[in-house]
Amino acid sequence: MASNSSSDRQRIAQQRLRIIAGHLRAPVDSDSTILAAECKAQGSKTDVSSERKTVPRRRQEILKWNGWGYSDTRFLFNKKGQAEFTGKRYRLSGMIIPALQNWFEGTFGASVQHKSPAMPILTSSAVQPPTLNEAFVDELKSTGIPCSHDAEDRVFRGHGHCLHEVFALREGKVGRVPDIVVWPNCHNDVVKIVELACKHNVCLIPYGGGTSVSSALECPPEETRCIVSLDTSQMNRILWIDEKNLTAHVEAGIVGQELERLLNESGYCTGHEPDSMEFSSLGGWVATRASGMKKNIYGNIEDLVVHVKMVTPQGVIEKGCQCPRMSTGPDIHHFIMGSEGTLGVVTEVTMKIRPMPEYQKYGSVVFPNFEQGVACLREVAKQRCAPASIRLMDNEQFKFGHALKPQVSSIFTSFLDGLKKFYITKFKGFDPDRLCVATLLFEGDREKVLQHEKQVYDIAAKFGGLAAGEDNGQRGYMLTFVIAYLRDLGMDYYVIGESFETSVPWDRVLDICRNVKARIIQECKDKGVQFSPLSTCRVTQTYDAGACVYFYFAFNYRGLSDPVHVYEQVEHAAREEILANGGSLSHHHGVGKLRKEWMRETISDVGMGMLKSVKNYVDPKNIFGNRNLI
Amino acid sequence: DISFKKIIETGSSVLLLFLSDPMLKKRDDFEDILEERRNSSDLKYALRCYTPVLYKGVTPCTSSMLKSMVLQSDQLHYVINQVSKETGKATDDIKEEASAILEEMAQCLQLSTVRFFAFTLSKAFKTLFRSICVNEDGIQRLQQAIQEHPVVLLPSHRSYMDFLLMSYILYTYDVALPVIAAGMDFMGMKFVGEMLRMSGAFFIRRSFGGDKLYWALFSEYVKTMLKNGFAPVEFFLEGTRSRTSKSLTPKLGLLNIVMDPFLKGEVFDVNVVPVSISYERVLEETLYARELLGIPKPKESTSGLFKARKILSEDYGSIHVYFGQPVSVRSLAQGKVNRCQFNLVPRHIPRRPSEDIASFVNDSAYRLVRAQEENMVLKPWVLVASLLLQYHHQNQAAGQKRGIALGELTAQAVWLRDLSRQYGAFLHWPGTVVTQVFTIILLALCVLTICEDKELLSQAVILLSCASYRNQALHVFVRPALLALAIHTEVFNSFSFLRNMFSNEFILCPGATVQDFEEACYLLVKTGALQFTQQEVLVTERGHRTLAFLSTMLDPFLQGYQVVCRFLCEEATETLTEKQFIPAVRKFIKKLLLAGRLRYMEVLSSDLQKNSLAALLRLGAVRKMKG
Repeated sequence: MASNSSSDRQRIAQQRLRIIAGHLRAPVDSDSTILAAECKAQGSKTDVSSERKTVPRRRQEILKWNGWGYSDTRFLFNKKGQAEFTGKRYRLSGMIIPALQNWFEGTFGASVQHKSPAMPILTSSAVQPPTLNEAFVDELKSTGIPCSHDAEDRVFRGHGHCLHEVFALREGKVGRVPDIVVWPNCHNDVVKIVELACKHNVCLIPYGGGTSVSSALECPPEETRCIVSLDTSQMNRILWIDEKNLTAHVEAGIVGQELERLLNESGYCTGHEPDSMEFSSLGGWVATRASGMKKNIYGNIEDLVVHVKMVTPQGVIEKGCQCPRMSTGPDIHHFIMGSEGTLGVVTEVTMKIRPMPEYQKYGSVVFPNFEQGVACLREVAKQRCAPASIRLMDNEQFKFGHALKPQVSSIFTSFLDGLKKFYITKFKGFDPDRLCVATLLFEGDREKVLQHEKQVYDIAAKFGGLAAGEDNGQRGYMLTFVIAYLRDLGMDYYVIGESFETSVPWDRVLDICRNVKARIIQECKDKGVQFSPLSTCRVTQTYDAGACVYFYFAFNYRGLSDPVHVYEQVEHAAREEILANGGSLSHHHGVGKLRKEWMRETISDVGMGMLKSVKNYVDPKNIFGNRNLI
Repeated sequence: DISFKKIIETGSSVLLLFLSDPMLKKRDDFEDILEERRNSSDLKYALRCYTPVLYKGVTPCTSSMLKSMVLQSDQLHYVINQVSKETGKATDDIKEEASAILEEMAQCLQLSTVRFFAFTLSKAFKTLFRSICVNEDGIQRLQQAIQEHPVVLLPSHRSYMDFLLMSYILYTYDVALPVIAAGMDFMGMKFVGEMLRMSGAFFIRRSFGGDKLYWALFSEYVKTMLKNGFAPVEFFLEGTRSRTSKSLTPKLGLLNIVMDPFLKGEVFDVNVVPVSISYERVLEETLYARELLGIPKPKESTSGLFKARKILSEDYGSIHVYFGQPVSVRSLAQGKVNRCQFNLVPRHIPRRPSEDIASFVNDSAYRLVRAQEENMVLKPWVLVASLLLQYHHQNQAAGQKRGIALGELTAQAVWLRDLSRQYGAFLHWPGTVVTQVFTIILLALCVLTICEDKELLSQAVILLSCASYRNQALHVFVRPALLALAIHTEVFNSFSFLRNMFSNEFILCPGATVQDFEEACYLLVKTGALQFTQQEVLVTERGHRTLAFLSTMLDPFLQGYQVVCRFLCEEATETLTEKQFIPAVRKFIKKLLLAGRLRYMEVLSSDLQKNSLAALLRLGAVRKMKG
């Protein structure tokens, strides 16, 4: 736990004051003082104490068992047909979203009259009784580590959030799920569990936040051994903070928002904010090579990790020091990062930390078209002046974002909106069906942020970009956290969809965006989808040599007998198109089982051999048998 | 080894499913576009409002913007630097050179010129032709395709008229006008060259083998127009006008260029539209025959064009233009090309096409030429010419000089009409048989007056003209005819040998021997000419006639190739330059003809001689030496 000395407290208090002062100096006419943290869900007021665990053992108590996120939070169309976002956790919570219904019905050809509701509760008869390895269970119980073979607990850990997984749950269909769930409390518990698993030859599948979108958590149906889901959620402490070196040593089960909250209490942050950070865990990030929204300042997970401890069937792997860089052969961290649970369980991680930023500011820029927008991002990357986050949405997403504007309370705001729209489309001559928007997030010293902001807006202006206000920017980032809830709403009305990502060299960004979107539309048509799909993309990260591109794709499946199969065929074709256009198999979602078939062409035969030989040495009995990656 | 039983068992059932039965081939109806021209003002037509639908992703740009896009492209920068390093010339000089080349090459499409052509061509077409028939459904498909993807138009090439005609038709139907790759020889025609440029032609040198800069400019120019949806790109897959009315072996250069943007992912897809233009009589008819016989072709010149005005007083019948189904390059490439091969080298660095791409482009080219052939409209005269030629040669062999009774010819023509229909030919046969045959004979009298007292070359001109009509039907019969030639020997092996031998002569897709064989078997069995029993092939009673007709059709080619071989064995000294070959072989053949040791005058055709030499070269019977 963080040190509690009085000098520390004093320092923290001072830092707090600085931050608050930063907020106060913000221009009065904007909500620039709102921190990015406000976009994501907040624990309720009583929840602030650091003793309280964010993720209980029985996750189903606060989280949906067959959809995304918190049970109390969802989109719905009310009796008037207006969209509403329930709960109290998010900025959008409790608000009416008047334009959503029109957008939804218009985009998908769906109707709020045609519902496709999910099965409300899990019938335990749908779950196969557990295959228990009695000897293992007996020994496990004798260690006192909590475990359960309750159907709900097992089902919850048998899936990630791929469309086919959630779709099946909504229909009440459950396939192979883990037979037991164990909740180790610390590194040593994990060592014991792995030892027992080896001794009794049971299959272990590590489970962190459960936000996988690569079928990584699916139990291989051919697995005949007892499958144990190792839920790391109770290993969620910050063990120490080293302010001299700016590192924190943290248990790997901690979820993103908890990690940030606890570090913030001491005036620090990691700055690692993947879109899933409310639920995803530190160990999961390491195991998938995660990437965060603000990587431009803080780096991706591989840049943030200083030291990792992983328990494997061969024992514990870790480095002997906490040095910033070493020339000691291939970096063993790179066997661990991206190993997707096939080699062992990440138990503890030393991560870089940074003092919390004094000042944050959102922003947005409207471009006349996507081409100009990409050219601007490329220039920003070239000049290496990317803000903490810079994202470019295409026209469809821009429209989507607009549909998610909550009801405006004052006539003045709506008048202003109208004026803005008039200025951009009529006065500046932007075609509303072509324009696109970049959202920005600046972070750091107030002075530097303002300077930085000017630099970026100046570049944008060269590409025809017009500053479009902080509000648009902030709404863009808010969407990140609610979009997953929107998928559940779609599924209530015959609309299914998913997002997937890639990374690609700069010279191919436009081509890949155009071709993959067109491929999706063509495949939907060829596969008999009756309505034109939503096929849209955004550039979410910039690098020196390329960018990360996200695709969103959804369609109305009325009239299809096997919508999930059609969906999978289209996604498969889209991935083929990505690869044919020079894109990567994955930028940060990982491979899992969903994208395994393309690994060989991605890393070559020899590369596969290398990975396999590591697996064979570390885990010859395939104890970590989730069969991801290779 | 192919077992016949298998072919019949699997063949007739499977083929029926996969090879759509030619009889069932659905083709569009035609509409005569000259009819309206005859009934309303040409001036009004030339000045009417022209608002074609454009490509949805079009970036509006002018001809000069296009040029600067090309000059500023990464591709060109790369090549300029490369050339500069190799030659030591300053990059600025090379840039200037590039700009001059582009100036010489580029089109500058202007609506006013198009209108001028619309007016004058209306006048000319109405005097020259009875009708210009176009399938409107095809135009509609094209219009749709233009909106969705960059489009490449691939018309067959039989006449200089072809590209004027294409633009004329597209203007008539309010479809986007194409930019057309034209040979540099047109530019020699002072005024006309510029007129053509303003109606969308861009000019390419006939050969620029090693010139990197020229190649880069040319390919980048074409790709830029295509990618931006500036206009449909039109070129002739056959490279040059076919002098024989047979389709020519496709040239791959331009096809490579237009497929490249798709393969490199610069566009989602490219649609290729084969267009079949069938003339009842091409303007260049006798010119071609003379050229093939070695009477040199007049250089294209403006004054030559005016002399050609006397053409205007003749009747050239009707033209049929069939716009085929747009072919998606994406679907053609599906499973044949691994597009990931462009991932590891920047796409603007020119590279020789990989093996899979080379063979993909080659296969596609053949498929597209076949698609052109398939929709070529055959006029009755084509069939009658085929029959008359066979009669002529038979009579000659028998030493007889008599003609053929009209009644007999009519009966033969009906038989052949039905046969070719069954083989999937696209026949245009209006009216009753008798009236057709009769009018043909009248028409033909002026063309076909073969009498013995004329000198050899004049006779040959007439025979070659006649053969060029027969050639229009060859694509319908060539596969069964090869089978007919092979039937009395080891069938598949002989078929395969002959097919290989003739693959410079006819459009036979590379690597499709088995398919062609199956198709030939299928057609002959379906029409009752062949029967397959357990182990053997039987020619049926009525099959003899069909097989005789088919093998006689290919006989001139077979003899021709034999003569060339004989020439090479008997007469050719150790080495022979390419230049010497044609005159020498021609002399040799003349001697044989005069001595009465060779029947077929069409063997005098330089086309056949060149093709046979190319085939022998390909088969390794002769060798090319550098020197």
